[in-house]
Amino acid sequence: MRIKKDTLYSFLLVLPSLAAVAIFVYGFIGWTLRVSLSQWTGLLPDYTWVGLQNFVNLFQDPRFFIDIRNTVIFTLVFISGSLIIGMGTAVLLDQNIRAEGFFRSVYLFPMAISFIVTGVVWRWLMNPAMGSRMSGLNLLFSSLGLDFLVNQWHTTPVWGIAAIALPAVWQMSGYTMALYLAGLRAIPDELREAARVDGASEVQIFSNIVFPLLRPVTLSAMVILGHISLKVFDLIVAVAGKQIPLDVPAIYMWQTTFDGYFFGRGAAIGIFLLISVAVLIVPYLVFSLRGEVEL
Amino acid sequence: MFLRSFARCWLYAAFLAALGACTWADLRPGKSTSSLPQNQVEVFSWWTGGGEAAGLDAMIEVFHQKHPEIEFINAAVAGGAGTNARAVLAARLQAGDPPDSWQGHAGQELIGTYVAAKQLEPLNFLYEQEGWLEVMPEMLIPLISQNGQIYSVPVNIHRANMLWYNPKVLSAHQIAPPQTFDEWIAAMEKLQAEGMEAPLSLGEQWTAMHLFETVLLASLGPQDYAGIWTGAVGWDTPQVQRALENYLTVMRFTNSDAASLAWQDAAQLVVNGDAAFNVMGDWAEGFFKELGKTPREDFGWQPVPGTQGTFQFLSDSFVLPANAPHRDAAVAWLKVAGSKEGQDAFNPVKGSIPARSDADRSLYDEYLQSAMDDWQTNTVVGSLSHGVVANDSWKQEIDTALGLFLQSKDVAVFQQALLAACQKSGPCP
Repeated sequence: MRIKKDTLYSFLLVLPSLAAVAIFVYGFIGWTLRVSLSQWTGLLPDYTWVGLQNFVNLFQDPRFFIDIRNTVIFTLVFISGSLIIGMGTAVLLDQNIRAEGFFRSVYLFPMAISFIVTGVVWRWLMNPAMGSRMSGLNLLFSSLGLDFLVNQWHTTPVWGIAAIALPAVWQMSGYTMALYLAGLRAIPDELREAARVDGASEVQIFSNIVFPLLRPVTLSAMVILGHISLKVFDLIVAVAGKQIPLDVPAIYMWQTTFDGYFFGRGAAIGIFLLISVAVLIVPYLVFSLRGEVEL
Repeated sequence: MFLRSFARCWLYAAFLAALGACTWADLRPGKSTSSLPQNQVEVFSWWTGGGEAAGLDAMIEVFHQKHPEIEFINAAVAGGAGTNARAVLAARLQAGDPPDSWQGHAGQELIGTYVAAKQLEPLNFLYEQEGWLEVMPEMLIPLISQNGQIYSVPVNIHRANMLWYNPKVLSAHQIAPPQTFDEWIAAMEKLQAEGMEAPLSLGEQWTAMHLFETVLLASLGPQDYAGIWTGAVGWDTPQVQRALENYLTVMRFTNSDAASLAWQDAAQLVVNGDAAFNVMGDWAEGFFKELGKTPREDFGWQPVPGTQGTFQFLSDSFVLPANAPHRDAAVAWLKVAGSKEGQDAFNPVKGSIPARSDADRSLYDEYLQSAMDDWQTNTVVGSLSHGVVANDSWKQEIDTALGLFLQSKDVAVFQQALLAACQKSGPCP
């Protein structure tokens, strides 16, 4: 009887947040889906059914093609950069060095900054002006005699979006490092010692024992970084404003909805983003709910 | 333990209920229209800083003197050159809670969005009653009307088709300020040949659209330029193709880092001598003066070559919502906004010219006086990037097509996309 009462009260206590999530998350997802299937253009709602027309138009839209290309390039550079630098610094920090706590905080700090602040600072660093107006990193490279490193950064045709991934790597590699460090600390010393007794070199220990055991961490990191990268918006706007060469789906969604009043098309882009993030996250959630890989 | 959690639960529930009650009361429709007194007026704008905010304050001061009994509520929303404000306004209108009046670019930006959604009341009665039709240029009225109904009161006028140049740079290269489009191209070719990599400075994408509309005007002439926005001249015609090719030619002379520059940065390149020319609206003049530069000496101006005799305008204006909560007070505000007194208070501070032709010339500086002369004598056409000739949806589609064109440089694809944009969101059949 007592347990039943407790269950009832705990249910009552979570009820408000359940209701809020139901309305403000799932309700609005449903509403966005409905809008994405309508022809709503203009200030006032127009729910006339057009089926998948908005989605069909999107995939014939040259701008959306650029968005997809940019997202793919950004994601590849961002995830691989963060994973490599994150794992590298984690392995170095794991060597029982002095002042480990200090370095750990220093590398982790960028994560505490918002993408907007990072973007503004890197906007100055990656100034693409040439000649007498050169500044930022280009000026540093040029005065150090490293002229081959001077480049156009985010104004480079086609690959400019990769330059935007640099600040993102700078910001998130410390976080990736923290994830890997936790993973490294979870590997029992007995395993390494046993390998040493068997005569394995340190490199062999890393590649045959440590690296495979870090696989679940890599998977988590990829999922976390991946969903950030699919939704990126603020960083690009802060570094370069809203322009077509650096366009991504989230920026297109904002402009077409709020500047152009194409609500139907904007909602379709929103649903597309939701689906692409879900494709990434749902298998991971299913996988981790079934029980984390045992160490 | 049990008691405490029980109490907490009820506290939480009570709090939520109170919250719900408040929100419910706020959201009930018709709250503000009926119960509130008529002695206040809420005016919505994106004028929150610099000369704009100071000008608005000066105009509010005039309003206070005339109507001390009406409380003025300044509902300005900052950020993004009005993008944020328009998103807030859209949300308020969708919720049925309009302000008493709001600021908007005169022309299709207002008409295409708010008149199409039946949110605005025509103002012909006010124009007749106040005699504004006599003091505002005849060619202005059709550009701010739809089907003979006038929908806004313009308080200021800016000119878009202005070419700013550095007189010292031009004379160092023995170049006279170019009078025709071809002379302009020849001047820039000469500068480039003599070592100036980018004679024409350009900023982020909207400044590219600003340059685009002036080149369209220079290539098509005022009549055909007006025609492409009303549907009288097709976007698939040879003269439009020629205009697009001209635009591609002009883009050859621009800086490679344009995308990373704001309009101020681009304009500053001219007065610093890093570039010879910049095409920007006449708010650039106020910016140059802020930098401490001397007119005619550090910077010169003229209409964009090939557009002499044409005044490509844009204007900030105020509207009367169809269901304004305090309609009488809103009309009183609009009367001040359209009056000689109100416009002469606002414009010298903002650095623009009044829409009226009977303003006090002595209040304005050298450039603005020349603009006032042109405003009364020139052919008046509207600006694209500042909302006069195309509605927001159409403009957004053009913006996308233009951005893609700057990548591909493919005139045929650009022209096709412009035609499609006009068919989808404009008057083209």
